[in-house]
Amino acid sequence: MTSLANDRAPGDTEMYAEERSSGSYGAFIYTVGLFLAVILTATSFWVTNTALLWPPGIPLGLAVLAIAQMGIHLVFFLHITTGPDNTNNVLALAFGVLIVAVVLIGSLWIISDLNANMMPSISMPNMQM
Amino acid sequence: MTLLGKLNWNAVPFDQPIIMGASGAMVLGIVLVLAWVTLKGYWPYLWREWFTSVDHKRIGVMYVVLAMLMLLRGFADAIMMRSQQAIAAGGAQGYLPPEHFDQIFSAHGTIMIFFMAMPFIVGLMNFVVPLQLGIRDVAFPTLNSVSLWLTATGILLTNISLVVGEFAKTGWVAYPPLSELQFSPGVGVDYYLWSLQIAGVGTLLAGINFVTTILKMRAPGMSYMRMPVFCWTALASNLLIVAAFPVLTATFAMLLLDRYLGFHFFTVAAGGNAMMYVNLFWVWGHPEVYILVLPPFGIFSEVIATFSGKSLFGYRSMVGATMAICVLSFLVWLHHFFTMGASADVNGFFGVMSMIIAVPTGVKIFNWLFTMYGGRVRYSVPVLWALGFMITFAIGGMTGILLAVPPADFVLHNSVFLIAHFHNTIIGAVVFGLMAGYNYWFPKAFGFRLDERWGKASFWCWLIGFYVAFMPLYALGLMGMTRRMQHYSDLSWQPWLIVAAVGSFIILVGIACQAMQLIVSIRHREQLRDVTGDPWDARTLEWSTASPPPAWNFAVLPHVSGIDAFWSAKELAHARHDGPARSRQYRPIEMPRNTPTGFVTAFFAVIAGFALVWHIWWMVILGAGGAFATMIAFAFREHDEEEIPAQTVAEFDNVHRVEVVL
Amino acid sequence: MSGAVVALNGVPQARVATSEAGPAAKRIVVTYGFWIFLLSDIVMFSALFAGYAVLVNATAGGPTGAQLFNQGSVAYETACLLMSSYTCGLMSMAIGAHKRFATYFFAGVTFLLGAAFLTLEIREFIAMIDNGAGPQRSAFLSAFFALVGCHGLHVTAGLAWLMVMMAQVRVTGFSAVVERRLLCFSLFWHALDIIWVGLFTVVYLMGVSQ
Repeated sequence: MTSLANDRAPGDTEMYAEERSSGSYGAFIYTVGLFLAVILTATSFWVTNTALLWPPGIPLGLAVLAIAQMGIHLVFFLHITTGPDNTNNVLALAFGVLIVAVVLIGSLWIISDLNANMMPSISMPNMQM
Repeated sequence: MTLLGKLNWNAVPFDQPIIMGASGAMVLGIVLVLAWVTLKGYWPYLWREWFTSVDHKRIGVMYVVLAMLMLLRGFADAIMMRSQQAIAAGGAQGYLPPEHFDQIFSAHGTIMIFFMAMPFIVGLMNFVVPLQLGIRDVAFPTLNSVSLWLTATGILLTNISLVVGEFAKTGWVAYPPLSELQFSPGVGVDYYLWSLQIAGVGTLLAGINFVTTILKMRAPGMSYMRMPVFCWTALASNLLIVAAFPVLTATFAMLLLDRYLGFHFFTVAAGGNAMMYVNLFWVWGHPEVYILVLPPFGIFSEVIATFSGKSLFGYRSMVGATMAICVLSFLVWLHHFFTMGASADVNGFFGVMSMIIAVPTGVKIFNWLFTMYGGRVRYSVPVLWALGFMITFAIGGMTGILLAVPPADFVLHNSVFLIAHFHNTIIGAVVFGLMAGYNYWFPKAFGFRLDERWGKASFWCWLIGFYVAFMPLYALGLMGMTRRMQHYSDLSWQPWLIVAAVGSFIILVGIACQAMQLIVSIRHREQLRDVTGDPWDARTLEWSTASPPPAWNFAVLPHVSGIDAFWSAKELAHARHDGPARSRQYRPIEMPRNTPTGFVTAFFAVIAGFALVWHIWWMVILGAGGAFATMIAFAFREHDEEEIPAQTVAEFDNVHRVEVVL
Repeated sequence: MSGAVVALNGVPQARVATSEAGPAAKRIVVTYGFWIFLLSDIVMFSALFAGYAVLVNATAGGPTGAQLFNQGSVAYETACLLMSSYTCGLMSMAIGAHKRFATYFFAGVTFLLGAAFLTLEIREFIAMIDNGAGPQRSAFLSAFFALVGCHGLHVTAGLAWLMVMMAQVRVTGFSAVVERRLLCFSLFWHALDIIWVGLFTVVYLMGVSQ
């Protein structure tokens, strides 16, 4: 078994074993993360409830805010960085994101297409299938 | 609410003689085996050395044993289907009533995919991957044991359904609305769902285990591009397991919610969408077939390279093709339901993707051919399976390309042409690969080779039997015969189906030959003994250990500096005229301790699963609570490793003297 | 390929690529395995999300999200879970520094915030069921209850896990095994908050803004 400076457990901070005593730096990271997350959450609620954003663009705006907040969590709470010690963790995450995207986008595309072609709808009574 | 939920004596099908006969035979067989073990006093040994083992080699062997038993059960279903269809022509009804025939084809698919192919593959990966990586065990040995025993739980529940209750009659894919409570009010679909959910957890955990092992635990010096190709295909397959099985879990959970709590995911009423089930099922289902086929591709790479006496041609392109297949397999799933009614854009996209995925597979076939070209090929049993695979799988692949064309699929979907295609690819690649792997690695696992003559006989019977059984189905499919027919009116189909039935009996002879092979090999094991650890003059690290290897695999972890590390070490030793391995520094080795956690968890899972099927709620709580308590007990375990003294390691090494110094 | 000074069996070696350094330390192996498990769990949630997205308009004449969802409750739930993620992070730091009291304290706060989240959510579910908007009413509601309920079940499991872990800290102290498991717990807890971000955005906010 080896311990490396170039391979980090996901979720681990760089303070492991070297700088356990510098608690204030760690607390600062988490606090910044919390602060940013609160701002993004509040913005999401605000976007939903006011006319600030052009209404048809609200879903997209919310999605962007959500993705940004997920990123904040990953960086500030889970300490996922792009450093070489995190490569495996980032690759695994990227793989997961790819699968999620395929499942969601694929299913939505397919089912909306199938629904359009196959489901009887009230507005088109002639298209009984 | 009665104490036993829906369970009562009506659950046992006393009025169906064939099922009672099969159940009786199965129960008798189990009782006889248990009695024999008891009389011989093997229980302490079995418990200590096998059931509580966390050794990847033992777990691998147990997986393969389960798979082979389920091969017999699944094949019995196949023989019944073929014989029924051979006689049920015109007005004849055959000997299997529709309700029984429906359970047979559903059980056949479920068992062969989930309880034969998957355990066989996971078993071989279990046994071989840590040895090939030059390490002592997988990342999570206890979790490995849990995975094995949860798979056994699924197997037990499915087999219980033969005796108590019924199995699903929906086909192995269980599409709603047929699988909903309204149209399948019995317990069959529930047995199907719970068996697979529980076994699915086991499989997912194994996937996590192997991805972590391959990515984070390899011998010093073994960079990614120095890994054996079998480990690359194992990595790709396990990445697919991790990515795909959760979708199946979610899909089955939705169907279970519909059936148990009156939800409306896939029901006809209240806005449910049955097409969503089909979509999500195949999001899992297509990667599943690549989970099944990639490790056999890896087996063929190992076998062909070894028996050609040459390194594998095009290692980098093999790795690239494997990872390409891994990603592409997630982009083709709609080809399983071209006819459900999507528009041309959607069908066309997935049709094209399905054709593209054939390209990396073609690359692999060329690499295997080029490996053999210029080598001195030894026609051992594994190589015969490999050659049979290349021809058979190529044909199956070509019919797949044909089916990938949506207009063609509109004619052929759910005909027996489809049956022929997927059996062509699954048997040709998966089954043949597993047989090759079984023959190839058997000496490493047990210390003696398998008999060659019976091995060759079984190969030829399987090969010939396969073509006789399935080629007629291609013709029948083009003639319009639908799948899953309990009887049919078109008499011109019957000759073809009789031929197909004959083919299935030839395969039966092949399976019998494999049984004989095992019996004869055990009888003659001293003549077939492997004393060198390297009976095939092979190339990868597992052959550098004794046969069978000690619990700790390697006395000293090998240091690797290239591909085919064992082969290079042998060449070097040869050139230097090295004597037996020089004495080396032995250290005590920490190995994970055996634990009953896996077995006990699975025991409670059987209780919970059975209780869920029959709506015995107090028993569900008992089972779930027991599993939870087992986890807690394991969490508080004080010693999770035991030390093997250096003395023991040294003694073994001196006795066996086979490890080439790496 | 970047490398590092590697200690092989205690002896410093020349710079070796990470991929060639041999089996990784247990802390890395265990947490990486858990990371892979989390990714598989997120794929499972994505299948449930896909089901929800497809069925979001299948209200079968019954109530829609816009009619049912209470933004105030959702805001409180979000605040609780986000704060609990924060306190979980502080707990991780206490564990790293082997500070027992701080560990118990932040674990307790995390637990209470998680329990508050669950309480609010269960109240919301009960209110909906009482109003005839239970999961048996329509496909939309089935999908809603399954998706949000699955997340809630995960939170429940997390709370149970946290309790067991605190018992372990009490019994065995900060052993390597316990530290690894607590690292896995905090990965799990943060991931649940990430999933919640997706949930409250897609289900509640997008549902309400129709």
